[in-house]
Parts: sequence; C-alpha cells; structure tokens
Amino acid sequence: MLVIFTAFSWYPITRLVVLSLQTTNLVDPPSWVGLQNFRDVLNDPLFMTALKNTAYFALLALLFGFPIPLIAAVLISESRRFRGAYSALAYLPVVIPPVVGVMLWRYVFYEPSSVGLFNTVLGWFHMGPYGWLQSTGTAMPALVVESTWANAGTTVIIYLAALMSVDRDLYDAASVDGASLWRKVWHVTVPQIRGVLLVMFMLQIIGTAQVFLEPYLFTSGGPANATLTLLLLVYQYAFGNSIGVGFGQAAALSLMVAVFLAIFSLVFLRLTRSWSTT
Amino acid sequence: MSSEEKTGGLLSHNEWARRDLRWLFGSAQALLFVLLILIGLGPVVWLAKGAITPTIDTLRNPLALFPHGVAWSNLTEAWSQVHVGRYFWNTVVLAFGSWLCQIVVATTGAFVLSVLRPAWGKFIYWLLLGTLFVPAIVLVVPLYIEIVHPPLIRHSFVESYWAIWLPAGASAFNVVLMKRFFDNLPRELFEAAKIDGAGPVRLFFSIVLPLSKPILGVVSIFAILAEWKNFLWPFLVLTNSPDRQPLSVRLPAIQPQTQIGVLLASMLIASLVPLIGFLVFQRTFLRGTGLGGALKG
Repeated sequence: MLVIFTAFSWYPITRLVVLSLQTTNLVDPPSWVGLQNFRDVLNDPLFMTALKNTAYFALLALLFGFPIPLIAAVLISESRRFRGAYSALAYLPVVIPPVVGVMLWRYVFYEPSSVGLFNTVLGWFHMGPYGWLQSTGTAMPALVVESTWANAGTTVIIYLAALMSVDRDLYDAASVDGASLWRKVWHVTVPQIRGVLLVMFMLQIIGTAQVFLEPYLFTSGGPANATLTLLLLVYQYAFGNSIGVGFGQAAALSLMVAVFLAIFSLVFLRLTRSWSTT
Repeated sequence: MSSEEKTGGLLSHNEWARRDLRWLFGSAQALLFVLLILIGLGPVVWLAKGAITPTIDTLRNPLALFPHGVAWSNLTEAWSQVHVGRYFWNTVVLAFGSWLCQIVVATTGAFVLSVLRPAWGKFIYWLLLGTLFVPAIVLVVPLYIEIVHPPLIRHSFVESYWAIWLPAGASAFNVVLMKRFFDNLPRELFEAAKIDGAGPVRLFFSIVLPLSKPILGVVSIFAILAEWKNFLWPFLVLTNSPDRQPLSVRLPAIQPQTQIGVLLASMLIASLVPLIGFLVFQRTFLRGTGLGGALKG
C-alpha cells in the first residue's frame, strides 16, 4: 500500500510543484525557469476565457444540480411504497458510461438537423431546428443539462439518505406541538440535513471546476472557445500540440486550480462551521 | 401512503389526511414519477430501441417505433466488424485488474492501519486523508510523465495495462472507507485470535476478510464501475494502441466511420454490463452511494 501511494499519489503531487517551475520536453534534462510558467499562463488570453467558462459552467450546474435533486429527494422520501422504484429511476443515468451518455446526447438528442430528437419534438410545435451545440449561446447550457442528467442521481441518493436519517420522532414531536408543515421544514428538516447540503455544495464546486469530459467530447472547447474549460486548457497545454512542450504551463495551471480549490474549501468550511450542526 | 404505516415522515398522518396537502404532494410525486421515467428510463430505452433499428429509420424519424422492422444485424455487426467484441474484453480486463489492485491495497492498508496499528500508522493516515483533498486535476500531468519515464526503473509503462491498474490502487477513499469498517469490528475477536496463536496473516484471511463482505461488495462495485466509465486516463496512456483500448476510448474514435445504427448498438453493448450490474446489485449501489455521502459529510 505504501509503495502504491508513494508512487501514484504522494510522489506525483510533489512532482507537480517541481514541474510547474521547470521547462521540460521529456528528452533533454529539465531546466529551472522560476515562475515563468505561471506568467505564461496568466498572460495567455485563453486563460481568462477558460476561467470565465468554468465559472459559468459551475454556476449553471449549481442552478440545475442543487435544487432539483433536493426537491426530488424530499418528494421521494415522503413516498412510502415506491421509494425503491423512485431511487432506481433517478440513479439509472449514473450507471451509463459517461462517454455513451455524451455520444447519445450529441448525435441523437442535440443533433442540429430537424431529425435530432429535441428538434423533432420542438418541430411538433413548429419551432427550430436549433443547433444546440453549434451556437456560442446555447453550447454551455446544453453541456450542463447533459452533465446534470448524468450526475444528479448520485446527489438525489445522498440527499435521500440524509433525509431518511432525520429522526422521525422530531417530526412527530413538532406535529404534536402544532407546528405547521413549513415550520417543520424550516426548524426540523433544514437544520438536520444542513451539514450534508453544505458539503454537497462544496463538492459540486470542486467537481465542476475540473469538468473535462463533456466539453472535450461534445465540442472540443468550441464553438469559438465558448466551452473551453480550465482542465481542457491543461490538456491542450500538455498534449495539444507536440507532447511535452507545454508540460510546465499545464503543471502551473493545475497547481493554481488546486490551490484555489484548497483555499476555497478551507474558507468555505471555516465560514459555515458555525451554522453546521453535525 | 396507506394508513397502516405507523412511521410518520415530514408529513404527519393528520396532514396526509388533509385534502389540499395530500393533493399537492400526491400530484407532485406523480409528476416526479413521470419525469423520472422520461428522463431516467427514457434515454436508456431509446438507446436500446435505436440499437436494433435500421440506420435509415433512426435518421428519418428518431421517435418512430420500428417503422421498417427490427435490425438485429446492428448488434452482430458492431460486435464483429467494428471489433466492439475485442474492446469489450479489453474493458473487462482493465476493470478486473483495477478492481484487484484496489481491493488488495484497500484491504491490506486498512488492516494495517485499523487492526495492527503500528506507531507510524497515525501519520500515514493523515497523509491519506490529505490526498482526499487534492483534486484529481493535479495528478494528470505528473502521473503521465511518471508513466512515460518512471524514476528508478528504466522501462516505460506507456501503452501497457499496468499504467492503468497500478495507479487505480492509490484510492485513499477506499482505504478510509475500509478502515472505518474495520474499526467497527469487535476487537475482542482479534485479541481472542491472537491468544489462540493466530499471526497477522491468519487474522487477516480468517477473521477480518470474512467479516467484511458487505464493505468489500460496495468497494468492488464502485471500483469496477469507475474503471468502466474511465475515459481520460486510458485515453492518454493507451493512445497509440487502438487494439488495446477500452470501449470508452474507442467509441468516440469509431464514430466518424460507423453508421448510426451500428454505433448505437456499440453504445448499448458498452452500457450493458453496468446496467445489468445495477439491476442485480441495486441495493448495494444505492446503499454505497449513501455511504459515500455519509463519509463525505
């Protein structure tokens, strides 16, 4: 175990810091360049684009991916008889391999001609056809919709587990005291699941900051870099042109993202500690 | 929702009896059910339908139900002519190796940390917890360089399955999950076994492993599913050997020269193992997901 973790976890993390300060092409011995890689990345106009796109993706993903699973989980938790069926249906997209999911959406649902599945349905109402992935305005939301479809199942199940672990007696006690439905939601449910909600919020930010598969397979960052995300930029630096030339910049950018996420998590945990009950 | 149910939820029995609330919640649940069928089941059913529909029909009207019969040939063509069969076995081999590596590392690691508890165990455990907070983005570039030019060993692992199997083992999440489970096993059992003369190896195989079947199931399922879904890493390290790539890497590559019917059949084949696995082990899947949430929380 120690060997595996040293080789594939602790060593690469250290190596990343070293790499970000070097220039290397895998053939000649690397040379130290100080903070040059960081300067290169920060001066790259694509960096700002990728940063904005990633923030946009994260924001949209939160808008879709935070309230919808929560409402679904509340409704499911109140169903006595069909809880299992609801959970299984909600979780089903999660087990589809992401590559299959993306291809299904790209070549069938989002197909830009009038025979794409969405365009067929819209055609019944005499709308479209729309090029979902081909326009800079709709490409990113289209990615987020697919990504939410693919991932929301996990969130629903985790919320459901949290809701089911709320002590039933608390509800009964509140009811006996004459609490209304809203008072019960506000004073019993929310405080009890707040810890899980906050952590899921944080994990979602961390996850969406590293989104790669959807922009890579759907649009390769296009149209006109409208879906270029930070990890996609890392990939382009490292493997885009000739392999090895941009390893330094790629390492510098990954390190910046990682440090940002670490600071974000610490600040977030610190700020929310006072109102987290668990 | 029958009145025999005694456990009250968010809504008490009185509230379930109130007509307005009952109507509101009931219809919201019904709506959710329809939506879930449409969103959760719909794409899967459509994929299965598309996989056995002639390409021309899928292209003309994606929502029609077999206007010109069923094309089972899509499936056989995908399996043999597009070589999906070979990629399928590649995926199986990759998933099996990654699973084995993860199980060996997680069980032995957690055993040392939880049962044997050496003096340096605490320190290692903190290092492990530390890696849980390191985002995956950090590993891509340095791990790739390490695979191409490993330190100490003069042999490149690129284009080899070891490049995928071995790093898969370094999952701190698995070790932590496993350790928490081992921590809850009764320690008297270990003491009794030691008094009876069982060494650490015996303890591991005869007592700890048989007791941890539930957690082994959870870790196994998620290990296999994760490798089945994996794209970026095998895509990077197996770039130049298409014959050895798994389905997730091959599917986007064969798309341009494959007609849509056969492509959908290939995609269905790629989804079958996780889908069937989910249907069979549904409970483990859902419990494991909740467990992961509890650990994170």
